[in-house]
Amino acid sequence: MSVREDVYETTVGLEIHVELATKSKMFCACEVSFAGEPNTRTCPVCLGLPGTLPVPNEKAVEYTMKIGLALECRIAERSLFHRKNYFYPDMPKNYQISQYDLPLCEQGHVEISGDFGTTTVGITRVHLEEDTGKSVHLGGTGRIADSDYSLEDFNRAGTPLVEIVSEPDINSAEEARVFVSELRALLESLGVSDVRMEEGSMRVDANVSVRRRGEKEYGAKVEVKNMNSIRSVGRALEYEERRQREALDAGETLVQETRHFDEKTGTTSSLRTKEFAFDYRYFPEPDLVPLEPDESWVERIRGSLPELPTARRERFASEYGLGDADIAVLTASTKTADWFEAAAAAYGGDAKKVVNWIIADLYGLLNEAGLELYEARFTPVQLAQLITMIDEGKISGKQAKLVLAGMFESGDDPEKVASDKGLQQVSDEGAISAAVDEVIAENADAADKVRSGQMNTLGFLVGQVMKKTRGRANPGMVNELLREKLSS
Amino acid sequence: MSLDRAAVDHVARLARLDLSEEERDRMQKELTSILGHAEKIQELDLDGVPATSHALPLSNVFRPDEARPSLPQEEALANAPEAEDGRFRVPRIIEDA
Amino acid sequence: MATADLAWASATELAAALERGDVSSVEIAQALSKRADEVDPKINAYLERTDERALDAARAADERRSAGEARSPYDGVPVAYKDIFVTRGVTTTCGSKILERFVPPYDATVVARCEEAGLPMLGKLNMDEFAMGSSTENSAFGPTRNPWDLDAVPGGSSGGSVALVAAGGAPWAWGTDTGGSIRQPAALCGLVGMKPTYGLVSRYGMIAFASSLDQAGPITRTVTDAAALLNLAAGGDDMDSTCLKDPVPDYLEGIDRGIDGMRIGVVKEFQGEGSQPGVRARVDEALTRLEKLGATLEEVSLPSFEHGISAYYLIAPAECSSNLARYDGVRYGHRAVADDIVAMTSRTREEGFGAEVKRRIMLGTYALSAGYYEAYYGKAQKVRTLIVRDLERAYENVDLIVSPTSPTTAFKIGERTDDPLAMYLSDVYTVPVNLAGNTAISVPCGLADDGLPVGLQIIAKSLDERTMFRAAYAFEQDLGFDERPAL
Ligand SMILES: [Mg+2]
Ligand SMILES: [Zn+2]
Repeated sequence: MSVREDVYETTVGLEIHVELATKSKMFCACEVSFAGEPNTRTCPVCLGLPGTLPVPNEKAVEYTMKIGLALECRIAERSLFHRKNYFYPDMPKNYQISQYDLPLCEQGHVEISGDFGTTTVGITRVHLEEDTGKSVHLGGTGRIADSDYSLEDFNRAGTPLVEIVSEPDINSAEEARVFVSELRALLESLGVSDVRMEEGSMRVDANVSVRRRGEKEYGAKVEVKNMNSIRSVGRALEYEERRQREALDAGETLVQETRHFDEKTGTTSSLRTKEFAFDYRYFPEPDLVPLEPDESWVERIRGSLPELPTARRERFASEYGLGDADIAVLTASTKTADWFEAAAAAYGGDAKKVVNWIIADLYGLLNEAGLELYEARFTPVQLAQLITMIDEGKISGKQAKLVLAGMFESGDDPEKVASDKGLQQVSDEGAISAAVDEVIAENADAADKVRSGQMNTLGFLVGQVMKKTRGRANPGMVNELLREKLSS
Repeated sequence: MSLDRAAVDHVARLARLDLSEEERDRMQKELTSILGHAEKIQELDLDGVPATSHALPLSNVFRPDEARPSLPQEEALANAPEAEDGRFRVPRIIEDA
Repeated sequence: MATADLAWASATELAAALERGDVSSVEIAQALSKRADEVDPKINAYLERTDERALDAARAADERRSAGEARSPYDGVPVAYKDIFVTRGVTTTCGSKILERFVPPYDATVVARCEEAGLPMLGKLNMDEFAMGSSTENSAFGPTRNPWDLDAVPGGSSGGSVALVAAGGAPWAWGTDTGGSIRQPAALCGLVGMKPTYGLVSRYGMIAFASSLDQAGPITRTVTDAAALLNLAAGGDDMDSTCLKDPVPDYLEGIDRGIDGMRIGVVKEFQGEGSQPGVRARVDEALTRLEKLGATLEEVSLPSFEHGISAYYLIAPAECSSNLARYDGVRYGHRAVADDIVAMTSRTREEGFGAEVKRRIMLGTYALSAGYYEAYYGKAQKVRTLIVRDLERAYENVDLIVSPTSPTTAFKIGERTDDPLAMYLSDVYTVPVNLAGNTAISVPCGLADDGLPVGLQIIAKSLDERTMFRAAYAFEQDLGFDERPAL
């Protein structure tokens, strides 16, 4: 939906939490890992035992700066950790060490483009904090609302968590969806997180409000939670956008609230209205000292940044001459782009051929199997070998498709697949000329017609030879040999 | 500066203290007198004076990103008032109110 | 050495006797255990005695010494800890019902370092709940009494530590000082009590009250022992981001060099009224004595100090309200019965915390809450800056600053419990030092006319412990205070 020329205007701001892929936790030396029995990755510090103190993980600070720099943020000369105080049983200290008025990174931006055109989304801040533990709710339906009791596992407690807050520069569900996938690609390329929304290593909350065009005040801010995939970000916000517009149409007034997105129904439902304002009593964390990244440190981090998705797209256009559609597919993720470039390099020839094989043929198989390009059972090099076989006339284009399917099944080299399937093209002159001689002998009058210049009969003879060789002869050679032998 | 009863109730809720009525009454008197003493600093002109949250000449203190062994589960749970399936058991979780 | 002598010998004397082979560590541990049997029922200094563990450690220490493998000069000299230091496998309550059965899985850094140095642990000592108090009447396990007057408080919050050392139950003990909790009780019990520069001794494993003010320090009968015990624990710790990494000097080195030519500041604002006449008299004599020893006295003005108490009683409660949020009945400690999490946590804390702790949590929560932060916590942090500046200005002209440690001698049990503010005001001389992160020591300076000990506070700039020890030592030697409580 999101009709552009309507009377309403949608405003979306996103708050994204990303778990960093460090070896150890943010403030203690426990291993960061999703595996393992409950409460086997805890220590006095991340259990919040009396007397314990936090000591920050340097790598986590560097990862945060990396993210900030990739988002064109300003890195603060002086940044503080604050305590965010509220009680929750999955939070060992009953305060979260987070950042408040002096975040590590501020004032960045990301450019996104799609059907809506190209627009720039401001990044308000990127800050570092610690994750909570996990609760399991038991009794009732197993949902928190009607559970009898809960169980707490603190393995995740203290995992480094980066919070990225966008400006309310997003004006549609689609823009939000693209922004999130853009951000995920960026974070993936930095290698700072495994950004799996399904596993919760990347969590997206949205603030959505709708107002009449031209109004100065934003509409009531509705926070939407529980969007567990990029697709559900689009679905949830589309629903919410529609819901608010319809409410306004019906003359209702919207209230500030938090709503929960239901994956199954594709709808949002109210979780809590904000009469109870939280009072987090932020104050500077007295157990920690200020972060003061000096220029040389920041520059060292900047120097360590890999090629970012935007730059890579530009290069794909200039270096391989690819169109936007192909680029979009091939840069969907860093691993995908890496796979393509590996194949292109191994092939050496015109990269467009590689692109065509990947997009026209391979993606069909991948989509059926629900796999990503980099999850294919064969390697980029094997794809390059396949294309080379066609160039060398060892197989026809038609046969190559069958070989590709075989490779996709087995992961075997194209040569092996081709010969297993008996698809090797016969290019050995002796064999073919024997067949040609037989066909000429068996079809004397057709041969005479050709000799007398009726070249349209040549095709018939070629067909006969192909039949004799059960389609395995190299058509080009057959053609040449016939012409040769029948030229009087 | 006098603290009204509503403020005492609000703060008690924030602090998760199920204070008795008598305690709330006493709290209201005592906090009012203590805060009254603190009124002196309200009169000070502190514009442009930086805050000191730490009398410590330190910045950028970090630990290297190295994992060390954690506590065994039974030690992690040793002091738990109630545990189940290797986890800490707590009563039904409800919203603060 | 006779048992009585062992009970009253300083740690340094005991170390020398061990080195000479005049006594064994086991004999010392046994003597102190016997002494505790006699005095502890009267003073209630111990929350938990670990005699068995001490004896085993003493035995091991004796073997090391005879094998010529002593871990330190003090290997085998026992020590006791305020129950705010967590001890692996030994119940640690912090004087609170909420931690009544808490058995930590780890050792505080101070404890670990003393164990490395071979000091057997005698036990855990009584204190005001979570170190909040100036009398040790706020312990959930009954008040500790002052060996000099069993009807009087020993001061606080490290009351158990001072009472035990003052009663000859241990040569030395560890305490903690957030607003005077080492110096004030040391003064009230005729002992040496020292608060190191903030960041000099690791806070890891020291249960937090007010993180930006808390420091661990020695409580001893002699200045030499204070320097010696500090030597064993001071220095950087990877587990504490706020612990200074710089190499630490030997605090005993040059301690006897005297104070000839030293410039000592006398605080203008602390003159005259404000402290009990008997205290004033002893402190004035002390000033004369310091002059006689070659120091020059200069008046220094610390105008912001009058706001120290106000700032302190906003900052400390604010930090404690957050530090104590973890006591929620989920992972350890007391849990109340209730059928939802909010009720469970609220009742657990209501039942588990004592009146003073609740008062400070409420005060601190209020000071940090929306709409009041700037007026209270924010302003207090700025006042803190003024106090730091006052001291920096003073140190331009003087090396040290002296004052009474406490405006009064030990007061009677129950005397001030109904008036929290009056209790708070007794920290007037000690609190600013914590706010500025400086170091200070309280040394005995005789008995007041009421027959109770008076303490002289000597304040030095951050990390200038050695100058401070020199002055304290010179004063101690010249005064020769050798009174003991008749217990
Ligand atoms: Mg956050
Ligand atoms: Zn941990």
